[in-house]
Amino acid sequence: MRRDRAGVLLALPTWATLGVFFLLPLAILFVVSFARRDTYGGLKPIGDLGAYLASGKFLEHYARSLHPIYLKIFWRSLWMAVVTTLVCLVVSFPAAYYIAVVARARRRPLLLGLVVVPFWTSFLIRTYAWMFILRTEGLVNHALLAAGLVHRPLELLYNDFAVLIGLIYGELPFMILPLYASLEKLDRSLLEASADLGAPRAATLRRVTVPMTMPGIVAGIVLVFVPSLGQFIVSDLLGGAKTILAGNLIQNQFAIARNKPFGAAVAFELTAAVLLLLWAYARYTRRRGEDVLL
Amino acid sequence: MRGRGGLLGAYAALVYLFLYAPIAILVVFSFNRARQTAVWEGGTTEWYRSLAKNDLILAALKNSLIVGGVATLIATVLGTLVALALGRHTFRGEGFTRQLLYLPVIIPEIVLGAALVTFFGALAFRLSLLTVVIAHVVFCVSYVAIVVRARLAGFDRSLEEAALDLGARPAQTFFRVTLPLLAPGIVAGALLSFTISIDDYVITSFVAGVGSTTLPLQIYSMLKVGVTPEVNAVSTLILAVTVVLIAVAQRLQRRPAEREETS
Amino acid sequence: MSTVSAVEIRGLTKRFGDVAAVDAVTLDIRAGEFFSLLGPSGCGKTTLLRMIGGFELPTAGSIRIHGEDVTRTAPYGRPVNMVFQHYALFPHLSVGENVAFGMRYHGVPRGDEPRRVAAALALVQLTGYESRRPDQLSGGQRQRVALARALALEPEVLLLDEPLGALDQKLRKEVQVQLKQLQRSLGITFVFVTHDQEEALTMSDRIAVMNRGRVEQLDEAARVFERPATEFVATFMGASNFFDVFVRGGDAASVSIELPGGAAARLPREGREWNAGERLRFVVRPEKLDLRTHDLSTRGVPSVPVTVEDRVYQGVGTVWLVRGPGGEAFSVYEQNERPDEGARFAAGARAFLCFRTRDAILLSTAGDR
Repeated sequence: MRRDRAGVLLALPTWATLGVFFLLPLAILFVVSFARRDTYGGLKPIGDLGAYLASGKFLEHYARSLHPIYLKIFWRSLWMAVVTTLVCLVVSFPAAYYIAVVARARRRPLLLGLVVVPFWTSFLIRTYAWMFILRTEGLVNHALLAAGLVHRPLELLYNDFAVLIGLIYGELPFMILPLYASLEKLDRSLLEASADLGAPRAATLRRVTVPMTMPGIVAGIVLVFVPSLGQFIVSDLLGGAKTILAGNLIQNQFAIARNKPFGAAVAFELTAAVLLLLWAYARYTRRRGEDVLL
Repeated sequence: MRGRGGLLGAYAALVYLFLYAPIAILVVFSFNRARQTAVWEGGTTEWYRSLAKNDLILAALKNSLIVGGVATLIATVLGTLVALALGRHTFRGEGFTRQLLYLPVIIPEIVLGAALVTFFGALAFRLSLLTVVIAHVVFCVSYVAIVVRARLAGFDRSLEEAALDLGARPAQTFFRVTLPLLAPGIVAGALLSFTISIDDYVITSFVAGVGSTTLPLQIYSMLKVGVTPEVNAVSTLILAVTVVLIAVAQRLQRRPAEREETS
Repeated sequence: MSTVSAVEIRGLTKRFGDVAAVDAVTLDIRAGEFFSLLGPSGCGKTTLLRMIGGFELPTAGSIRIHGEDVTRTAPYGRPVNMVFQHYALFPHLSVGENVAFGMRYHGVPRGDEPRRVAAALALVQLTGYESRRPDQLSGGQRQRVALARALALEPEVLLLDEPLGALDQKLRKEVQVQLKQLQRSLGITFVFVTHDQEEALTMSDRIAVMNRGRVEQLDEAARVFERPATEFVATFMGASNFFDVFVRGGDAASVSIELPGGAAARLPREGREWNAGERLRFVVRPEKLDLRTHDLSTRGVPSVPVTVEDRVYQGVGTVWLVRGPGGEAFSVYEQNERPDEGARFAAGARAFLCFRTRDAILLSTAGDR
């Protein structure tokens, strides 16, 4: 195949659209993260750019984000994303293994479809479902009261636990699907060969199945970890004001606090973290030569 | 094998239960007569009827359909063209294009929303349905491109060669062979794009202005006030619509080769 | 069969990066002949065919079809049609629509299409299959639809890219004969790509054996088999017993040589120049070798003393694996004419390898090429 102009022509509309409405906005946001804000949430003009840069004031918002209050929020975002990812991995692997390897081939499309549906259905509504279940007048409290296990409704909502449940519930399909994709490609005769060579089941799992499906495992980790880190809806609805994550912090700066430069700085810190992770992932896939995710 | 399969099967059933029970509860309670409690007090379709009279919800629904429709239309055209470029041509900037398409999917939604609202603010662009449509096109293009590209990857090149060999010119080959065979992928991409568009809350919440409230925004503000049976009802309707769209998209994405395998 | 050239290929080269898939190939395909491009995978045969079809542009050289230069012509402008390896039937169209696909581009009036489609399907014994879908057909039927679709346009040259590769052994044999008969009755030039030497021999008038982008030998089918020109062709055609000998002398018609083990023999010179003291290599097919208990040199039959190593029973025949005096490996095939009576020779037994001088095929040496 030779280079041709048709390719450029076909890609041009997308380049233009994403260039103007995606890359340019990101660039502007980046610049704003170094700007000064005025009292009303707008930007304050900078008179002498040289002096402004020399004063180091342009890093003010990044410096502010290192304040313990915010570090605590970042730390919470991080550990919640880690816990969500780990729980999703542990819960998903046997299920994905069942769908891909154990279940009858004829039933596989249905089992897979049942994972795909929540994958695409409204995250908001799926989060709301937990709000409905966990709230003070919700199903769980009602059952507990009826069973006489508690005398007053428990405060199940608006805490870290509720947020974790929501995150795990929301992200689970994003772990099962890449695991399935990897397990489905696994040559079953490898498992048989391992057994034939005398490996007990646990050893086959550890020495054959897991290494062979590593690309799917890594892809699943990325697919779950990245959105968890930037999560906003779950923490807002199930965590209330108590469990604030990085996503809520950004949103607050734009919607309530009206401190766009600070919001932009935090947004870029989050983006940097995500891109770093994806860069590591890209390196990993290049080394492995296979890519389940992209 | 049998025993282990049974145990794993039971485990998988539990996972499915976890995935579906909350949704099922929501659906069931959308028919519950009780307004406040989680106690079943008999069935009713009252909440659905009250939805039909709720002007806020109807207006939001209308906005969502307009945004979803227009954004999907634009995203489908752009996404299909760029997928063809990637799948059928070699050109300068190919690697860049690939990365450009993955970025909107990868970047946290909250960042994209913040960037767009800052951009519109800088240009003194009034937030309206138009800004919502633009934002949705940005993240929908990628999904369409990825789905269509996947379809193209499974596409037997020799079919196009056969058309050329039988005398069809490149344009005729495109319209008689490539496009018809690609159509299921394009439709699937469009359906997914529409699904994502009408579901989006985070980005829309940044770029929606007065009068451009979409359905998720409306639901969200209702949730913030308190759980009501109407929310259950509208959620159930959205779920029903997405399930149908996803099922159709899945069916279309299955390649013809998979159907042929049995013969 | 006329000797007019249907396809003239001159110095045709196709490079992919540093690799020459087709390397300066020059050959003529005669009008009306069944011509095969034969060789192992990666030898360049498919690339050559695809350049004739217009799917690859050559790096250098030219292609003429019936005198017209088509080197840079697009596929839709060439008077050739192709039967693709996996048939490339349009899955969204019926059998009839597939066969009719190209007619509108070849000036067939719409009204005539059904009649022409029916005629093309009749040619491949698929009358009445118009409304079927490709995925409702068996492999053999699909192959025939692909053939009908290409033939319906009455091309001057039909290109076939391993069209029988996906069929099972028994069906293949049947289709080979049908295809050959069809080609004879239509009188169209067929250019057929295959890696199967038996298939090429069964069907072809002439065969070009390709290796590493070059044509090693272009000859009548029988001559390629019986008189391979190079070691590669000989090996590819299943002749595996090579003898390296010194030329002692000779006359106008023959060369005299010394066989391994010391016996003398005279081989037909075949018009080639061999000088005393030169090395010469010849090959004998396994079925043309004879394993004897006695030395037949005295009776004028070339004989080489060997040690029997193993015996492989193959049902129809038996293969003997033996070693010559210098450790050379030879295999001898003999027909099992009688019920198996056990081994004629035990492992380790001494025996003599005998052959007729006319079955010795003198090969070009590397410098000769």
